[in-house]
Amino acid sequence: MTDIKSSEITPEHIYLNRRKFMVGIGALAASSAVLAACGPAGQTAAPENSDGASQAEAIAAVSAETDELGDELTTYEAVTNFNNYYEFSTDKEGVAPLAKSFDPEPWKVEVGGLVNNPKTYDIDDLRTKFDQQERIYRLRCVEAWSMVIPWMGFPLAEILKEVEPTSDAKYVRFETVYRPEQMPGLGSPWYTWPYAEGLRLDEAMNDLAIAATGLYGKNLLPQNGAPIRLVMPWKYGFKSIKSIVKIELVDYQPTSLWMDAAPNEYGFYANVNPEVDHPRWSQATERRIGEFGRRKTLPFNGYAEQVAHLYDGMDLRVNF
Amino acid sequence: MTKHKQGWTPLQIATHIGAFIPLIVLAWDFWFGSPTSPLMINPFQEVTFRTGKTTLVLLMLTLAVTPINIVFGIKQVLPLRKPLGNYTFMYGVIHFLIFIVDNGYVDNTIDFMAVYQATFEKRFAYVGFTALMIMLPLALTSNRWAMRHLRKNWKRLHRIVYAAGIAGVIHYVWLVKSDIRQPLAFGALLILLLVIRVPAVRRTIINFRRGLTGQSQAVVGGA
Repeated sequence: MTDIKSSEITPEHIYLNRRKFMVGIGALAASSAVLAACGPAGQTAAPENSDGASQAEAIAAVSAETDELGDELTTYEAVTNFNNYYEFSTDKEGVAPLAKSFDPEPWKVEVGGLVNNPKTYDIDDLRTKFDQQERIYRLRCVEAWSMVIPWMGFPLAEILKEVEPTSDAKYVRFETVYRPEQMPGLGSPWYTWPYAEGLRLDEAMNDLAIAATGLYGKNLLPQNGAPIRLVMPWKYGFKSIKSIVKIELVDYQPTSLWMDAAPNEYGFYANVNPEVDHPRWSQATERRIGEFGRRKTLPFNGYAEQVAHLYDGMDLRVNF
Repeated sequence: MTKHKQGWTPLQIATHIGAFIPLIVLAWDFWFGSPTSPLMINPFQEVTFRTGKTTLVLLMLTLAVTPINIVFGIKQVLPLRKPLGNYTFMYGVIHFLIFIVDNGYVDNTIDFMAVYQATFEKRFAYVGFTALMIMLPLALTSNRWAMRHLRKNWKRLHRIVYAAGIAGVIHYVWLVKSDIRQPLAFGALLILLLVIRVPAVRRTIINFRRGLTGQSQAVVGGA
């Protein structure tokens, strides 16, 4: 994902101008439709100064300002303040403040199940043992919004190869840490905690599947799934399980938290697919955070070339 | 209907001011809010949520006017029903307009098909649209001219606001993910507000209240 021609990189001045445009347009959206009397839209520029500066710093840590399709990175502030992480809060803005007291260290990840060589990794081992690469990926939330995020991490396949799955291992099951004292959302009776997710082994071995430990050149913040999380860019965001403590190779299809909570709405595969709607809303379009208009959603979130073959012959309406 | 009095009561003034508070807060948050608030990060979704919630709250307040008079005998609230109803409709229209712009501008083009699909192909949106369409004739006839011309039918027509209330609550129930406590709370409130209107219940409550306050005359007919 890093092979981007330098000609495709947006020069900083254009980038910053676009940002100004976006901020203005956000206000315009409300002022023209709702608040015709509240004054010129351009005056919302005030918060942009601090915002813009930290974004410039964040950008300095990454190799490109766009993904391979030329889509701009979502701002560091949006990535770190607009989060779905129900263990903390169901309000996207409520996660970051509540996650401040979460300790991502010390941390261990247990990898076991149907493997020849079960292992427990310390987070520091994972950061040093495996080469940390930058991967700029689009993240498409099942709620029809999306971001472009420069992750740091390593292919999940590297861990899996090391533990040597046996021939019986067909699926990989992941589990998030369960810490009620630091995660107030765990008191919610609506979900079966701890958060769990699953992949087919060949999906997990695909080169796009990464275990991420950072973004924008820094270690992950708790609200983004510190200290280690999965990133599956061709699947809806909820598949990219956060704050992983357990990886288990199994011979059955794992049931994820969302499959358990609403089986008619969230399937095991959850591949981004504009053709298959969520029962409650369309998946044909999405709002890229920071943009005024929507854009059409791409099959497999634009990664069809790399992953579509994994699902050859499958009915993706049934296996949603 | 009672004779129209000159001037507004403090309650009426408070209602008119209060109805604009959600818009003022919205404007305030746009101008002075943190750049990391959901309003700044995903403005369409946030404005849609806020205006929708305001519409539902105002609809419940509109429907609460009659029960407040029945249960507490506070006649002064009765003139608030009309402005509350009209503001409900106003917020409903804003909510829907934002929904149209949100869904209708795709890949830099205006996409009417997308608006059509967003409105009619998903049940939560369709039932919300239904609620708004139910309120449309009510907003149009919310004036003394229409009351005079419709006579008895005016009251009959305006009873369909109960259907708008039900549709509005269903809209909210069908929208949320799985924690439906809040939509159900609205549903429970709506049921309460409707039950108090049932003639037998209404009479019982009024007679009970009059018994408490020492008034002996029993109410037999509907009000």
